[in-house]
Amino acid sequence: MINQSVPPSLNAMFRLQWEQAQECYVLLFPEGMVKLNGGAGEIMQLVDGKNKISDIINTLNKKFPDAGDLTDDVHEFLIAAYDKKWLYYE
Amino acid sequence: MIKNGFIMNNETQTKVGPPLWLLAELTYDCPLHCPYCSNPTELGDTKDELNTEQWLDVLTQARAMGAVQLGFSGGEPLLRKDLEEMVKHSRELGFYTNLITSGIGLTEKRIAKLKVAGLDHIQISFQGADPEMNDIIAGRGNAFEQKFKMAQSVKAQGYPMVLNFVISKQNISQVEDIMRLSCQLNADYVELATAQYYGWAYDNRDHLLPSQQQLIDAEKIVNEFRDKQQGKGPQFIFVTPDYFEDRPKACMNGWGSTFLTIAPDGSALPCHSAKMLPLKFPNVKDKSISDIWQQDFSFNRFRGDSWMPQPCQSCDEKEKDFGGCRCQAFMMTGDMDKTDPVCSKSPDHHLIQQAIERAKHPKSPLLERVNKRSIKDADIVQIKL
Repeated sequence: MINQSVPPSLNAMFRLQWEQAQECYVLLFPEGMVKLNGGAGEIMQLVDGKNKISDIINTLNKKFPDAGDLTDDVHEFLIAAYDKKWLYYE
Repeated sequence: MIKNGFIMNNETQTKVGPPLWLLAELTYDCPLHCPYCSNPTELGDTKDELNTEQWLDVLTQARAMGAVQLGFSGGEPLLRKDLEEMVKHSRELGFYTNLITSGIGLTEKRIAKLKVAGLDHIQISFQGADPEMNDIIAGRGNAFEQKFKMAQSVKAQGYPMVLNFVISKQNISQVEDIMRLSCQLNADYVELATAQYYGWAYDNRDHLLPSQQQLIDAEKIVNEFRDKQQGKGPQFIFVTPDYFEDRPKACMNGWGSTFLTIAPDGSALPCHSAKMLPLKFPNVKDKSISDIWQQDFSFNRFRGDSWMPQPCQSCDEKEKDFGGCRCQAFMMTGDMDKTDPVCSKSPDHHLIQQAIERAKHPKSPLLERVNKRSIKDADIVQIKL
């Protein structure tokens, strides 16, 4: 699922943090960890209950001007992240 | 107990990755007497335990190496009065902090204090779905009531909560009730983990190991229950015993690859059972964590595949299961270098078959976990179930 009008929030079960030793963002949860690749880490950092999806896309398009339009990538990731219950819309 | 598909990187053996998972066994002391306990049967003396300062230093060193998941375990970690201090320190360092507890010794106030200190998650163990079953396995009256109340409080105070049920012949018929109880308590994850046969559990295996039919029945119940959940409520993880598998488990995700256990006395181990092996393990009182992890003979002993015997050496699955569990190979064959007997290719696989047969008609009495040094007059307590 994806919701354009409500900002996505990180599920309280997870903690997002940069791990220097692994040089990536990770999602930490009870006794487990998901390593996020570069793009996923960039998106998840912006999932804060304040940014709407359009804000996330704008921010990333500005930050990575050479990457082309990131709309589809962001949508695809957010759908997967919702299915994995990393985030919710409320 | 290690579970929950910990996602790891595929570091090759030429470069040893960091010990991502640190298990801090703060004490072997425990108010419960569960016969499935995987602690060593020689529990040692609490006066040899690391002190607060030593633990804080261990945590700092491990975090600097890249450790990120931290389990406070035991025994019963709540018996350490400095637990809050350790949690606070760990959280400031950036660990994800897990408290793995029996729930005995918890109070609403302590749950709140741990929250303030920064504790991320609490896992509570249950021994059964009702007071009768739970308390007879735990060997302590009113244990169920206490666990139930504390589980409610853990959720009320906003923690993620995992419930852990060690499943054995004794309680496997309660699986459905256990799942209902977990829903009632609003758990996030629930481990229905068949006992692993180490420590006390190895000695009690004949009383614990369910039959294949019991497992098939239980798994069916679990699957039907999951279907009815429709994605709501706790996530149930059913862990079957490796005795009924054809291939061994990828124990500890490979020796010295991901997991580091520090035992109460400061021994550094590649897994919490490894102390039984005929290897000399280092101690954090003598060496840095980095030296231990990167260089110690015992940690390098089963890294890579050059140590592997046949049939592992020429097996195309050796990078999947790493030859299985070294402790299991040692306990069952007397040789820690052998293929895990769980593997159907192992020349020792008949030992597993024999164990399954023997468990149908236990002959020796069930032993309650007790600290032999802590009792003076009594012998090992034996109970009948």
